[in-house]
Amino acid sequence: MSVTPVATASEQRRMALHVRRLLLAMIYHAGSGYPGGALSATDILVHLYSQCLATTAEAMAEPDRPRFVLSKGHACAALYAVAALKGLLPLDALTSFRKINGTLQGHPHVKTTPFVEASTGSLGQGFSVAVGMAVGYRHHHYRNPIFAMLGDGELQEGQVWEAAMLAGHYQLDRLCVFIDYNKLQRGDLNQNIIGLEPLLEKWRAFGWQALNVDGHDFEQLEMGVNLFMRTAGVPTVLVAHTIKGKGVRYMEGVAKWHGSVCLSSSNLRQALLDLNTDEAEIPAFLDGSVFAGEAG
Amino acid sequence: MDLSPPPSRDRPGESLKEAFGRALVRLGKTYPNFVVLDSDVAGVSGTHHFRRAFGDRFYQCGIAEQNMVSLAAGMSAVGLPVLVSTYAVYCLRSLEQVRQSVAYPHRNVKIVASHSGLDVGPDGASTQCVEDLAAFRAIPGMVVLSPADPHEVAQATEAILKYPGPVYMRTGQSSARSIMPPDQAFTIGRATVLRDGRDATLVACGTMVAKALDAAESLVDQGLDVRVVNMATIKPIDQTCLLTCARETGCFITAEDHNVFAGLGGAVAEVLAQHMPCPLEMIGVDDTFGESGEPEELAEKYGLTEAAIVAAVLRAVARKRR
Repeated sequence: MSVTPVATASEQRRMALHVRRLLLAMIYHAGSGYPGGALSATDILVHLYSQCLATTAEAMAEPDRPRFVLSKGHACAALYAVAALKGLLPLDALTSFRKINGTLQGHPHVKTTPFVEASTGSLGQGFSVAVGMAVGYRHHHYRNPIFAMLGDGELQEGQVWEAAMLAGHYQLDRLCVFIDYNKLQRGDLNQNIIGLEPLLEKWRAFGWQALNVDGHDFEQLEMGVNLFMRTAGVPTVLVAHTIKGKGVRYMEGVAKWHGSVCLSSSNLRQALLDLNTDEAEIPAFLDGSVFAGEAG
Repeated sequence: MDLSPPPSRDRPGESLKEAFGRALVRLGKTYPNFVVLDSDVAGVSGTHHFRRAFGDRFYQCGIAEQNMVSLAAGMSAVGLPVLVSTYAVYCLRSLEQVRQSVAYPHRNVKIVASHSGLDVGPDGASTQCVEDLAAFRAIPGMVVLSPADPHEVAQATEAILKYPGPVYMRTGQSSARSIMPPDQAFTIGRATVLRDGRDATLVACGTMVAKALDAAESLVDQGLDVRVVNMATIKPIDQTCLLTCARETGCFITAEDHNVFAGLGGAVAEVLAQHMPCPLEMIGVDDTFGESGEPEELAEKYGLTEAAIVAAVLRAVARKRR
């Protein structure tokens, strides 16, 4: 298995900071997007693409490559930004996000964006697709892992539990799922919409190995993935506790930044300040005046 | 005692789902890659034959059709052609999964529906799907098939395995007599003219093709020479054939075991209205739900009979002559 050279936790932290700047700039540039869930998912995506997934053209062409499905497709701004920093996309492609004739659709799509493994956006379906990939890998006798990330609100979809039941029944031990558990969905806290707890117990009852991790702690993410890689006979779910809007103080823990929102230039400026952005780190496709507070 | 069923109109042949199941076994040897997914209907959808012959290529998904369809998309994404089988009404349940997981990324997944239309019979309206052709036809890029007899089902099954994209295909539960010429080749998108005629064109699909042939036969006595077209591909519809028939016969009757809206009749109307408007009468379920009963009783009550087709032909011809 050929994957990206392993990055240290501090390298991943540095990269995640820049992914957050990029994804906010993309959403600002697009005029709409889903910042809250992209910011909560960023560290998990950085970790997967730094430690677990293929990122060279050669490795991406292998039929048995490790694969990843972003089932919470609305968080794709983070996925695209990570891909650009890993060389899977040209950086200037980020300007096409959510734009007509663009390569980066508002939700991931395999036909327009080559590194994307599944067209997602309709919640619950990407998870089933990932389970199908894991069944297919077993059929082919491939040993590489299939990863997926689900949102917490997504767990309210019945299809998720159909797929979980099947994966447990088939003992798909090359399947590892992250729950981006930021506790908020579009309208409110999960617990005020339809509560999810006790979450670990639910997954275990479906035949999964389930454990909590801090979704913003790279050491914990690595420990979780390592445990998954060593486990035989059951699929693994890592319930990653995260903060919606992570890294931007005015967004953290506030449901309204789930989106789809339009960021103003002052929204973006404040966010970039929170992310310790200096002039040199402003994404090239943005007018520098945004940071100076002059753009509209 | 000879137990083999002769292919006469009095002694119908095997069901379309049975023909599909037997074809799968034969094709399983020729095409060694495809897999079959089931939602615990194998014994009644025909795929139990494949399970017995190719157990390691048969995946049980349980009674969870939505997951099964997206799962099929995932298996297809890693290089496996997938054939999914369930009742038409449960295909409808996973319509959005077909749209998003299968059709949008153009996955190599075939959805094969075993029980459709009033032909389902005693299970009643809950199972009698009269909306599937309309629903799947509306999904961009989807091929939609409804073959007419066991021979054509077998040919269509091979054709969809060769075709590298998403397909929805109806089979059928009732016995279906043999009507297609044995040397007739099957091509997706190409209609078959089963009977020539100059006074009107009868376009039918699935189990209604046999009734259309019977109707055309009985109209000979009334001095009418009616062409019969088996439109086994509802989408992409054979526009060339329809326009030739429009030029040569001047009026149409469609017949389908489906809601009269947006199925075969709708597809034919779209072509005619845009390119060569002419009188069109539609035979189908008149925008209502079915009920329990034997298929023949239901056909009688809901107007899917040879007699109903004959009456529609007479109306169409009268409109043409006006």
